Amino acid sequence: MKDEVTREERVDNLKGMGCSRKRVEDARFTQGKGNYVDDVKLDGMLFGDFVRSPYAHARIKSIDTAAALEVPGVLAVLTAADLEPLGLHWMPTLAGDKQMVLADGKVLFQGQEVAFVVAEDRYAAADGIELVEVEYEELPVLVDPFEALKSDVVLREDTVDENGKATDGAHGPRKHPNHIFTWDAGDKEPTEEVIANADVVAEESMYYHRTHPCPLETCGCVASMDKVNGKLTLWGTFQAPHAIRTIVSLISGLEEHNIRVISPDIGGGFGNKVGAYPGYVCSVVASIVTGKPVKWIEDRMDNLMTTAFARDYWMKGKISATPEGKITGLHCHVTADHGGFDACADPTKFPAGFMNICTGSYDIPTAYLEVDGVYTNKAPGGVSYRCSFRVTEAVYFIERMIEVLAIKLDMDAAELRRINFIKKEQFPYTAALGWEYDSGDYHTAWDKALKAVDYDGLRAEQAQRVEDFKAGKTRKLMGIGLSFFTEIVGAGPVKNCDILGLGMFDSCEIRIHPTGSAIARLGTISQGQGHATTFAQILASEIGLPADSITIEEGDTDTAPYGLGTYGSRSTPVAGAATAMAGRKIRAKAQMIAAYLLEVHDDDVEFDVDRFVVKGAPEKFKTMKEIAFAAYNQAIPGIEPGLEAVSYYDPPNMTYPFGAYVCVMDIDVDTGVPDIRRFYALDDCGTRINPMIIEGQVHGGLTEALAVALGQEIAYDDMGNCKTGTLMDFFLPTAWEVPNYETDFTVTPSPHHPIGAKGVGESPHVGGVPCFSNAVQDAFRPFGNMHTNMPHDHWRIWKTANDLGLHG
Amino acid sequence: MSKKQHYAITVNGKEEEFLAEPRELLIYTLRERLNITGPHIGCETSHCGACTVTIDGKSVKACTMFVAQANGKDITTIEGIGGPDDLHPLQEAFKEHHGLQCGYCTPGMITRATKLLEENPNPTEEDIRFGMAGNICRCTGYQNIVKSIQAAAAEMNAAKEAAE
Amino acid sequence: MIPAAFEYYRPKDMAGVLSILEEHGDDARVMAGGHSLIPMMKLRMADVPHLIDLQDVGGMSDIEISSDSIRIGALVTQAEIIDHADLAKVAPILREAALQIADPQVRYMGTVGGNVANGDPGNDMPGLMQCLDAVFTVVGADGERDIPARDFYEAAYMTAREDEEVLTAVTIPLPNGGYAYEKQKRKIGDYATAAAAVQIVKDGETCSSVAIAMTNLSDTPIYSEAAGAALIGTAVDAVALDAAVAAMLGDIDPSEDNRGPVAFKNHVAGVILRRAIERAWSRA
Repeated sequence: MKDEVTREERVDNLKGMGCSRKRVEDARFTQGKGNYVDDVKLDGMLFGDFVRSPYAHARIKSIDTAAALEVPGVLAVLTAADLEPLGLHWMPTLAGDKQMVLADGKVLFQGQEVAFVVAEDRYAAADGIELVEVEYEELPVLVDPFEALKSDVVLREDTVDENGKATDGAHGPRKHPNHIFTWDAGDKEPTEEVIANADVVAEESMYYHRTHPCPLETCGCVASMDKVNGKLTLWGTFQAPHAIRTIVSLISGLEEHNIRVISPDIGGGFGNKVGAYPGYVCSVVASIVTGKPVKWIEDRMDNLMTTAFARDYWMKGKISATPEGKITGLHCHVTADHGGFDACADPTKFPAGFMNICTGSYDIPTAYLEVDGVYTNKAPGGVSYRCSFRVTEAVYFIERMIEVLAIKLDMDAAELRRINFIKKEQFPYTAALGWEYDSGDYHTAWDKALKAVDYDGLRAEQAQRVEDFKAGKTRKLMGIGLSFFTEIVGAGPVKNCDILGLGMFDSCEIRIHPTGSAIARLGTISQGQGHATTFAQILASEIGLPADSITIEEGDTDTAPYGLGTYGSRSTPVAGAATAMAGRKIRAKAQMIAAYLLEVHDDDVEFDVDRFVVKGAPEKFKTMKEIAFAAYNQAIPGIEPGLEAVSYYDPPNMTYPFGAYVCVMDIDVDTGVPDIRRFYALDDCGTRINPMIIEGQVHGGLTEALAVALGQEIAYDDMGNCKTGTLMDFFLPTAWEVPNYETDFTVTPSPHHPIGAKGVGESPHVGGVPCFSNAVQDAFRPFGNMHTNMPHDHWRIWKTANDLGLHG
Repeated sequence: MSKKQHYAITVNGKEEEFLAEPRELLIYTLRERLNITGPHIGCETSHCGACTVTIDGKSVKACTMFVAQANGKDITTIEGIGGPDDLHPLQEAFKEHHGLQCGYCTPGMITRATKLLEENPNPTEEDIRFGMAGNICRCTGYQNIVKSIQAAAAEMNAAKEAAE
Repeated sequence: MIPAAFEYYRPKDMAGVLSILEEHGDDARVMAGGHSLIPMMKLRMADVPHLIDLQDVGGMSDIEISSDSIRIGALVTQAEIIDHADLAKVAPILREAALQIADPQVRYMGTVGGNVANGDPGNDMPGLMQCLDAVFTVVGADGERDIPARDFYEAAYMTAREDEEVLTAVTIPLPNGGYAYEKQKRKIGDYATAAAAVQIVKDGETCSSVAIAMTNLSDTPIYSEAAGAALIGTAVDAVALDAAVAAMLGDIDPSEDNRGPVAFKNHVAGVILRRAIERAWSRA
């Protein structure tokens, strides 16, 4: 067969790894033909919605549903009393705790689910909700975790024995009835000793405020129980559909094969859609009870007030160093506010997630971390908002501690980072808190970043600005925000990562069709990351069929192989690896077929882009397309027909993407208004599958970082009322508030990942938050600022200036 | 519940008649009654713009309009802007420049952008950022949305010039 | 977020509106663009059993500019204010302020009448209209009456308009001199942390007249006569600015909210007013 196409063209035709392939998802999204859960419409479908508690802490004296049931169209009102006989009035959380599905005698946070009204349409449901009469007896409210640990008020009656003594929790003994767990890592005494004897010690307390992932699409589901066949189908906004199937099976008693969970298109997740929520349970129960499909969709207030907050970490740090700035020890204590139930979405053995990555990118010989989880009268959650488990908190902590230490040492913060980075030759590097960093080249990245922004020039400009400010020539200060982050993503090795006992592997199953196209199914689910585009690129490079000929399918548990889903930047590190490995199985079989067809020994053919060629005779080859056809139409001795493969990939380690960010900000001292002049982001996510998508992820992650750093919070008053329940007060920036970003990269492939990729979706958020915050704080460093807490909204920035006496 | 009324609206060129309660929000009329599910629901308080449609030549957030108010009006949604055989340059440009990720804001975003370019065929970046500030995107950070709209504007202007 | 059920009316003329209002009293509300009222109804914070949509009522959608005044119909939208070239010439502060209200979609729907009539202290137009010494025309069963904007606002959501009256037009004397509408907000779509409307006339080197009003710094807009008085007859120098700011601070009474505590708001109000005066003066 004559081949006029050059090798380069053959590579291009595949649209494999490394090219900015346009997204295959976009045709439907740009034409309004996406299929999100609220687009699901079934015959006879009912709507369910919640009566929610107006109080943060109250006993429920009575619930009267009679008037609601009179509303035309209202079919049922479920309360805890209805769920109790089924054992469904409480449900297990991912964190080893349990959570009320519907208020069982009391409520623990404002907005808690009290009753579930099922009606023919959403209007009748809303009218019914208004008429459910709940009598509450208000109880003392605890919104401060430190108070909660001292209070006589016991929030959870299941945390004490009959003598009122605190019982053991899921992670060991409780110190107090409102205490959930203590979790630690590292060496306590040696760390304390190093710090006690150090030449220089910097200490700081910081609050990483409560916020929320707030994807544009809220959470929701449609449950449809087919009583004839005994099958339940559950569509929903699930970042982990397979895990949801298992959970539904475990708590409902339905056999898992009778449950089909479908995650359709998801309108952003950012961690909000990992957990299991009362709405899912109530919809399933309501469908079983009524025999009809039941839809439940949160409204925005429900979403912000009740499902999946993030952060809320009170962090206290000590960092020690030599006078020259070499860090010798790090101590961190966290008081973690988990709200009324511990519903964190972390791997089972990590109740504080991977907070123990808090030594960051630095070679710190001794460290200790201790985290205390606490119940308060706030909504449950504690999800990873666009980050791997608690990594955002960890990176914020260390990147602030570095800045504080730099102030203490009177040293440039960029230089302090440089002299403490883990060196390239130290990888794989085992950190003091236990993680083995797989790879990195921090100095190269840092130098590239500082050069790109002309760091010395910026510092000179800043010094001049300070002079001008002091001379009364300007009322604007200039801040240079630095951050260098190391993420830990791709959870994770089954030996130490599971959720509810489910190992955190992931999977890919490939079927090559006779004509040389393919379908691959994965255990993950895209929420905008573009999996259908990028996973096809991985496969194209691995199996030599064009990405355009490969369909990627996720999210239907009846067809996709089991996997743990998409969050914590785990899709590329785990499912991406599974995809490559499954592709290699395809290739191995294809090699045997090619050898047979070419009448040579298996070892005498080699893979070349889109074909197997006879070694030393490149004119003799069989394309993958030809091989695919042969797999289905030829009886090949010793080889089964067909060309399919499946891989379940258990990663040997996490991956450790890193990056160097610089933000330049001008701050109006008198109004507290910040203006982001420049933002430079260098990311190293290892092998780059699709540069266009990587860049898009970086833009998005930085924008979510900007929001969190500069104003986005879930705030409560003293009575536990949520003050930020709509988008008027919960800060989501518009195009007007967001700058243009400059993106850059280095490439340090992961040594253990089949294609060297590390994951990128969350890096910009993890690295971005401290960068924006450091820019604000750096502007005030010349005037004596050590640390101020986020979010740096106008009034808090103004307060910083005011506290420093800058308002005259 | 109040009595259902007779309403008639034109959506994407097609006249639709039905009975509905006046309180029915236009976004639900479109999505649930007429199965036009391109416009989405994001915030419900007129902040996010996911529900943006064009009504009698104005960009409107359909979550903040009762069906009764819309009676007699001419409505265009993303479905009426372009389909598989006649993609609008904005739809092409959003695909080409990675102007979307999860896709949830996209129909409202593109619908709003059609109106922006109608009013201002040569917008600066600042014009675009200001003119699109009624639409929130949680995924893209807007940079590629701005780029997409700029590209579509150039494309549309070039096509117009070629036609003249 | 689903509102409670209501009866909907879309009368063709004002007589029709007034008769429904008369019949249902404070159970009835008129609505123009609905972008203040509908979210409140959806959150079930406003209960409106009888909703009167004004969109078909004629005679309230025009901007008329005469030799000494501007008459803006209640149904004129923010977008129409922004797009009206002649209006921008004679009263550019209207455009400058309207551009700082909400976002493009909301400005297509939001009307001048709705913005000034409902008494929401967060709205920008009430303070602006006080600055411009506008007069609001309301009509009721007993006919029309005019209420100066500076006398209109009594408390949050409480105005001099009776429940049975409808605000039909805003009449503004043609403004003179320099202008500025300065607003600090957290983001597009937000109400003001502090906003100041200033219209100032320069005679030679001194200020001969000025009007100053502040937004979202009390439960009503604040027309600060004292702040203006501090500038009149001065060269609007630093001393006069200080005096004007001090006088304004005596008139406002901000409360703490998510935008910040009182001390911050007072400080920002001063900064914003100072900037507004300086900008207006530079244009005078």
